[in-house]
Amino acid sequence: MTCEEFVELVTAFLEGALDEDTERDFVAHLAECPGCERYLDQFRTTISELGELPPETLSGDTRDRLLDAFRNFPRA
Amino acid sequence: MLPADDVLVAGLRSGDEATFARLLDSWSASMLRLARSFVSTDASAEEVVQDTWLAVIRGVAGFQGASSLRTWVYRILVNTAKKRGVKEKRTVPWTSLEPDGGPTVDPDRFRGPGDDYPGHWREVPEPWVLGDEFRHVVARALDQLPERQRVVVTLRDVDGHSSEEVCAMLEISAANQRVLLHRGRAAVRAHVEKYLGGAA
Ligand SMILES: [Zn+2]
Repeated sequence: MTCEEFVELVTAFLEGALDEDTERDFVAHLAECPGCERYLDQFRTTISELGELPPETLSGDTRDRLLDAFRNFPRA
Repeated sequence: MLPADDVLVAGLRSGDEATFARLLDSWSASMLRLARSFVSTDASAEEVVQDTWLAVIRGVAGFQGASSLRTWVYRILVNTAKKRGVKEKRTVPWTSLEPDGGPTVDPDRFRGPGDDYPGHWREVPEPWVLGDEFRHVVARALDQLPERQRVVVTLRDVDGHSSEEVCAMLEISAANQRVLLHRGRAAVRAHVEKYLGGAA
């Protein structure tokens, strides 16, 4: 496996979606290649930072309007 | 942790406001981000989320439980957002999902065919020294992704949905989902690298 091939398989590897042979080659390459080890680390860092992005919120007006709509919805 | 779906659905059907408020506060942020991927302004996205919740209020009596409640709500959101996006001439062609093609890392980063080690790094990626601006750089990179990639990366990595949930919400295959996710993540990583390289 080349580095150029390795970088295209990172998400499939993280998802556990590689077949057994490819996963073995991927791990063997990782063990021997500092560049790809760093690439994988940076990929993981990127993913975890995406998970830290601040939440957006509904405006207070919209929230109030929706709570009103829920309260006033005719139920049998 | 939210209660199980049957408890939530019973609460919504019986008009329990605490249940509705809890769902509203738990899911609306992620729904806004998802909606924003289909429409052109934050205001439109907010209207899409509002219309979705109104549809949920009206429709929950008929909810069959074939999917999770959250997937059902998100399906309504995606359909509402798509209709709105069409009106705004901003459509995401999920159905004609042609492969985006091309490598996710600049081929010049790798050694050429004449080299002793073709396809290997010319120079290994520089280590990252991450400061306070990292989050902003990542947020900006996410905003700049092509729409389909942004939708999938947002749902998976920002909101933490599973692969199965995202495939169900967007009606795409696991393979397509993975390709979009990978391309989006790689582009965000490359954006950070470029930023750090340019700032150094
Ligand atoms: Zn390598």
